[in-house]
Amino acid sequence: MTDQTAHSHDDAVDEDRRNFIHIATGAVAFGGLAAFAIAAVDQWNPAADTRAASSLDVDISKVPLGGEIRVLIGGKPFFVRHRTPAEIASADAVNVATLRDPETDDERLRPMADGKLNPAILITSGACTHLGCVPVGPTQGNVGAFGGWYCPCHGSQYDTSGRIRSGPAPTNLPIPNYKYVSDTVVNISL
Amino acid sequence: MKAFRILAAGLAGLSLAAMAHAGGGAAAHPHEPEGGWEFDGLLGQFDMPSVQRGYQVYREVCASCHSMKLLSYRNLGEPGGPFFDPEYPNANENPFVKALAADVEIQSPTPNDIGDYDFRPATAADQFRSPYANENAGRAANNGAAPPDLSVMVKARHNGASYVYSLLSGYPSEEAIGTREVTPALVTTPASDNGTPDDPTDDIAEVSTPAVMQTVIDMSKVHIPGHEAAEGEHGEAGVLIQPAGQYYNPFMAGDTTPQYEGDPRKSPAGGFLAMGPQLPEGRVTYSDGTESTTEQMAHDVAQFLAWASEPKQTNRKSLGLPVMIYLGILTILLWFSYKRIWRKVEH
Amino acid sequence: MSGHESSYTPNSGFEKWLDKRLPLIRFANDTAITFPTPKNLNYWYTFGAILAICLVIQILTGIILSMHYEASVDGAFASVERIMRDVPYGWLLRYIHSNGASMFFFAVYIHMFRGLYYGSYKAPREVLWILGCVIFLLMIATAFLGYMLPWGQMSYHGANVITSLFGAIPLVGESLQTWILGGPSIGNQTLQRFFSLHYLLPFMIAAVVILHIWALHVPGNNNPTGVEVQDVEKDTVPFHPYYTIKDGFAIMLFLILFAAFVFYAPNALGHADQAIEANPLVTPAEIVPEWYMLPFYAILRAITFDLGPIPAKLLGVIAMFAAIAILFVLPWLDTSKVKSMRYRPVARQFYFGFVVVCVLLGWCGAKAPDAPVIPALQGEKMLVVSYTENGQEATSEYKGGNEAYVDAKRFMASLPEDASPSLAAVAPATFQFSQLSLILTILYFGYFFILFFVGLTEKTKELPESIHKSVLKRHKASTATAVPAE
Repeated sequence: MTDQTAHSHDDAVDEDRRNFIHIATGAVAFGGLAAFAIAAVDQWNPAADTRAASSLDVDISKVPLGGEIRVLIGGKPFFVRHRTPAEIASADAVNVATLRDPETDDERLRPMADGKLNPAILITSGACTHLGCVPVGPTQGNVGAFGGWYCPCHGSQYDTSGRIRSGPAPTNLPIPNYKYVSDTVVNISL
Repeated sequence: MKAFRILAAGLAGLSLAAMAHAGGGAAAHPHEPEGGWEFDGLLGQFDMPSVQRGYQVYREVCASCHSMKLLSYRNLGEPGGPFFDPEYPNANENPFVKALAADVEIQSPTPNDIGDYDFRPATAADQFRSPYANENAGRAANNGAAPPDLSVMVKARHNGASYVYSLLSGYPSEEAIGTREVTPALVTTPASDNGTPDDPTDDIAEVSTPAVMQTVIDMSKVHIPGHEAAEGEHGEAGVLIQPAGQYYNPFMAGDTTPQYEGDPRKSPAGGFLAMGPQLPEGRVTYSDGTESTTEQMAHDVAQFLAWASEPKQTNRKSLGLPVMIYLGILTILLWFSYKRIWRKVEH
Repeated sequence: MSGHESSYTPNSGFEKWLDKRLPLIRFANDTAITFPTPKNLNYWYTFGAILAICLVIQILTGIILSMHYEASVDGAFASVERIMRDVPYGWLLRYIHSNGASMFFFAVYIHMFRGLYYGSYKAPREVLWILGCVIFLLMIATAFLGYMLPWGQMSYHGANVITSLFGAIPLVGESLQTWILGGPSIGNQTLQRFFSLHYLLPFMIAAVVILHIWALHVPGNNNPTGVEVQDVEKDTVPFHPYYTIKDGFAIMLFLILFAAFVFYAPNALGHADQAIEANPLVTPAEIVPEWYMLPFYAILRAITFDLGPIPAKLLGVIAMFAAIAILFVLPWLDTSKVKSMRYRPVARQFYFGFVVVCVLLGWCGAKAPDAPVIPALQGEKMLVVSYTENGQEATSEYKGGNEAYVDAKRFMASLPEDASPSLAAVAPATFQFSQLSLILTILYFGYFFILFFVGLTEKTKELPESIHKSVLKRHKASTATAVPAE
C-alpha cells in the first residue's frame, strides 16, 4: 500500500488503458447508450393512431359518371374516377410501347371480389410524380390535352388511365394499395 | 458500503414521500379480489381472458352511460391488447377486432358530402362510441351527475383496480335495503288554522301533506369487508337514509353522517353516488361460459379498465427486466474498473 | 475556467493551430481531465455528476416529448395520453421525464445537505454556493411549470393555488397575478406561456450550471476535512480517470433506483388526480404538491395568524420564500472558521436535527393541516347536542360509549319542540399538523441563527494538517482495529 504522487498517476493510467475490464465496461456502457438511442429515434416513426388513419373505405357508387372524387388518406390525396366508356376506350387504344412509363390500362386496375376488373373505376395517387403538386382534373373542369389530368405546376399531362404523356413528370400516377370490400366499397390504404 | 447507505436513505425518503400521498377519506379501504390481481408484481401480466370478458361487461353494461374517449377499437387488437392475434400485427386488419368495431354504430366524426354526420358501423381506427354527445348531455340524462369517462379511471383513483372492483361489488345486498313511508312533520300555520279545535278542514289540510317514500338501509345487515366492527359493543347498528336518486356504497368517498340515524360517532364508512348497482348476478352472459357472478363481472371489468388505463404496462414490465439486468452488469463492471484505477491510491 | 496551471501540450499540427485560436481542447483537458481533485472525496460528492446526468436526461426526454405535446386546454391531456399509448416508446420517454423530475430533486437535496455538512458554502466558495441556490430556484420554477402541462386536476388546481400566492403581495398582487395568468383565470394562454417557459428554463439552468462549475474550479473542490489543498501532488488526483470512474459507478447506482421507479412504480410518486382532466369547477379533495415541494408547502401553511399589519396569507408566502432566501446569505450567517461538521461536535448535532426537521416538514406538507399528528392520542369523539333555549344557542356534551348516545337522545327528546336540537360528533382538540408545522418552521429558521452563535462559541476538534495526513491517519486507524495488538 504505497501512496502515489501525481507523477506516477500517469503511468498507472497508461497501464490501465489496456486493461480488459475497462474495455468491457466501456463497451457495455456504449451498448446501453445505443439501446436508448433506438427508443429516442423510433419515437419519430408514425404513431399507432397515425398508422391507423392510413386506410379508408370509399363508396364508389357515389362517384358521378365522367367525374371523380378526391380523398385524403393519412394526409395524401387520391383520385377515384368514374370513367365514361369513351375514356376507357381511349385509355385502351394507346400503344403502350410509345409511353414513357409503359403500362396497359388493365395493369393499372385491381380485381374485384369475383376476380374481374372494373374498368369504370380508376383509382390513382393524387400527387404528380414530378414534384408532388396535385394535378387538376374533371373536378376543376380541366382534364388536359389527353383527357385525364393536367398538372399546373410544370405542365405534366396525364391520360385517362393516369399515365404520363407529356411534361416533366417521370412516371405514371402510382396506383395505391386498394381492394374491393364489396362491389361498391373500395378500401384504399397507404 | 457507503453507497448502499446512500441508496437506502434515498429509498426510505422516497417511500416516505410515496406513502404520504396515500391518504384516504372516510371510505372503506378497497380490497383485491380473492387471489389478488394477475397484473400486480414485478412480472405480473394481465389475465387476457379476464380482460376479454371485461370488455364484454363494458360493452354491454357500462358503455350505455360511460365513454372511453382515449380508446379506439384497434387498441383491443394491438400487442398487449385482449384480442391481439400474432397473425395480424396491424390491429386494423384483425378481422375479429373489425367485427367488434362494426358491432357498434357510431356517428361519423367527419361530415359527408352534404355536410351531415352519418351514422355508420365503427371501424378499427374509430374511437370507442361515446353514449352522449358531450358532458352536458350526459349530465342532463343522469339527474345532474355526468358519468365520468373510464379511459384512465384505474389511474385516477387510489388503489385503482381494487377500488373499481370493491365499488362495483360492494353495494349493500337486497335484504339490507328497505323502504318506509315518512310523513313530514305536521306544520300548523295560522292561515290553515281557523281556530276551531276540531274543525275537520284542519285535519284535511294536514293529512294532505304528501307522505314521502324513503329508501333506508339497515346497516346491521351490511357487510363491509375489512370493517367487521364489534357491533354488540355499541348497541344495534343504525339506519342509513338513502337520498333520492343516490345509492349508498361503502367504498365511495364521502360522509354518511347527515343521513345516518344513530350514533354519529359510528356513522358507516362510505358515501353516496348517482350510479346504482349495475352488476346483479347474470347481468351478462359470458361467451366463454364463465359464470357471471357479481364478483366475477366486477373482477373482469376492473381488469379491463386497468388494461385500458395503461395498455403499455405489459411492455413496460417486460422491458424492465432486461434493463435492470443490464444496469446491474454495468454497475459491477464499473465497480471493478473503479477498484482497479484506485488500487494504488490511498483515499 | 480552471484555477490550476494548464498541463496540456498540443501534439498534432492541428491541435497547435487550434490552440492558438480557440484553446478548446486545452479547456476541456484542464476542466475535465487533469483538474486536480482532493483524493478524499466520498460518495456524497458524486451527486454533482449525478445531477449533471439528470439535467441531460430531462432536457433530452423533454425535447422529445415537446415534439408530441400539444399546449392547449382541449388537447393537452389527450396529447399526453397519446404519447403514453400511440407514440413509439412514448410511455418510456414520458415516465423517464416525470420520474426524472423526482430523481433530480432527490439528488439535489442530497447535494445541498452535503454542502451544508461539509461547509462547502464558506469562503472561498460563497459564489459557488449562491449559484447553486439560483439553480435550485430555477429547478423549482421549471418543475412547477412542467407540472401544469399534463393538464390534470392537480396541474390546474396546484397552479391555481401557487399563482394566487402572488395575489397576496400588497398593492400590485392582483394585477401581477392577472399578468402571470394572462387573464382572470388559468386558460389556454397560461398553458402556452407556461409551456414556453418550461422549455426555456432548463437551458438557463444549464447556463448557470456552467457558471457553477467555473466557480467550483477556481477555488477547487472542498473535501470532507474542509482543509484546503496544500500540496497538489500529495493531496489531489487528476479528475480523470479517478473521479470520472467513481462518479460513473455512483451514477449507475442512481440509475438503478431511477429505472426501478420508471419500470415498476412509475406512478408511485405522482397523484391519482393527475389522471383526471382539469376541471375548473371541481377542486380535488386534497391539493398536494409533488413530494419535493412538501416542506415548503408546509411552511406556507404553517402561518395561520396575522402579524400586525401583515395578513397570514402574505406572511406564509414570505416565510416560504424566506426559507429559500436564507440559503443565499448562509455563508455569512455561519460564523465558524471550521468548515466540516466532522470537527464541529456541537454544530454537528444541530445539523442532524435540521435534517430531521426538513423531513418532518415534508411529512406535514402531505397531511391535512387539521389532522391529528398522533391519532392514537386524540381520544374518543364526544357527542354534542346543539339547541336553542330562550332564543340562545346552547350545547350539551356527552362522553363515553353507547350510554352517551342513549343519554344524548333522551336529552334531545326531553327538549321542547322549538329547541330544534341537532346531534354531532366532535373530535376533542389535539396536537394538529398545523401546530407541528409552525414549530418545525421556527426550528428551520432557528438552525441558521444557532449556526451564527454556535460558530462564535463552539470549541472545535483539532483539524488535520492536510488532506494527505488525514487519509494516512484514517488508514492507520482502520489497520489498527482490523489487526488487534499482538
